[in-house]
Amino acid sequence: MTKHILILLLGFGVLLIAGAAAQADQELIVSTAASLTNGMKAVAQQFEKMNPGVRIIGNFASSGVLLQQLDKGAPADVFAAADQKTMNQAQEKKLIRPETRKNFVSNQLVLIVPRDSRLAVSSLHDLSRPEFKRVALGNPATVPAGRYAKEALVKAGLWDQLSPKYIFGETVRQVLDYVRRGEVDIGFVYSTDVVIAQGKVKKVLVVKGHQPIIYPIALVASTAKQDLARRYLEFVLSPAAQEILSKFGFGKP
Amino acid sequence: MNFPVDLTPLWLTLKVAGVATLATFLVGVNLAFLVARSRFWGREGLDAFCTLPLVLPPTVMGYYLIVLIGRQGWLGHWLQEVWGISLIFTWQGAALAAAVVSLPLIFKSARAAFEEVDANLENAARTLGQSEAAVFFRVSLPLAWRGILAGAMMAFARSMGEFGATLMVAGNLPGKTQTLSIAVYDAVQAGNDAGATILVLLISVVCITILVVSSKALKAGYM
Repeated sequence: MTKHILILLLGFGVLLIAGAAAQADQELIVSTAASLTNGMKAVAQQFEKMNPGVRIIGNFASSGVLLQQLDKGAPADVFAAADQKTMNQAQEKKLIRPETRKNFVSNQLVLIVPRDSRLAVSSLHDLSRPEFKRVALGNPATVPAGRYAKEALVKAGLWDQLSPKYIFGETVRQVLDYVRRGEVDIGFVYSTDVVIAQGKVKKVLVVKGHQPIIYPIALVASTAKQDLARRYLEFVLSPAAQEILSKFGFGKP
Repeated sequence: MNFPVDLTPLWLTLKVAGVATLATFLVGVNLAFLVARSRFWGREGLDAFCTLPLVLPPTVMGYYLIVLIGRQGWLGHWLQEVWGISLIFTWQGAALAAAVVSLPLIFKSARAAFEEVDANLENAARTLGQSEAAVFFRVSLPLAWRGILAGAMMAFARSMGEFGATLMVAGNLPGKTQTLSIAVYDAVQAGNDAGATILVLLISVVCITILVVSSKALKAGYM
């Protein structure tokens, strides 16, 4: 009896491996910045619909984490980052193909509060008021949204003064979640994240004083599926994909 | 000598693990004695409930805790309204997460240790006129002490290494809630391999020291 179960399990394992091998050349792994999650999933679905048999696998994390993964040899074919700095680092380390690098969408940094919050903000300086006990932003070491927020706060001369209030998220989506749950009083996210949260958070200020937020995309240098990856890249830049992304609140680059 | 990395995560980890172990010790030993020595409806259910954190993914425990003690959770809301306490994003929150996750280790070994104790010895003490509290403190607890201590050591080690639930409940705030395991994660994510290496060696040395010292202490029978 045990022997039969063992054989069954072995057979199942072989099938799994064989299945994975058969599918492999039609799969594309796209390392995608967390803020692009919903928009790029919709783009990938459309691409899959147009190319039967192709599967797009999204790998979602903060851009800095994705960079580290690529650096450590993670298998990915396309890299879409949320800032130029991360892509520049990838380029310096020869992890991407520079000639394929294109800017494809833009975004805005905003301050949000939980839906039922009564706190109002007219400038970044309001964050130093005592009502704001916890201010969430992405970890500036790895999360571009946090880096943009830091840049704006430094420019406003508030960065050091506000430091006891910071709660760092591992991705911009974690910041969104903290605000949605009311665990923090206010947070820095992208305007596209407000669209996702569907009325559970309120946008109170469009943040200025940081570099323009423009998302680059490029082929990963080590990709073994150049043709498919190039086709996907072209699709992301096409008007059809741009229209999908604009529905999620992304602007033109 | 100037140490190349900030040692705050180490002190913070020891504080969090210490408080967590103290809490699980008190709760775990009491629950274990209850389950080992009393017969009541739902006894095995309670046992399963206390063992659950051992088998559930730490992220699931983290989610339960956020829902429970978050500002909008019923317990968290009450703590905030009545006492003005908020556990999320504090080291106390990290200690709570570590305590919940490591409770099964002390509970399970304490239950086994209490069940090993010969009930005749306890009954003999009762016939000699000892109160229930005296029976517990003078007979059951000393006889089960080794098993309980071994469980406490495991709970302490587990608390030191706790990551998933801690990250969800207490976040990653340098100097406030960034424990060693989270500092390692943070350093690797940011590509700071040199910092990660030092932290990893540090936590390894601390854990090995704890294991060696505790096994010696157990063997020597001082406790």
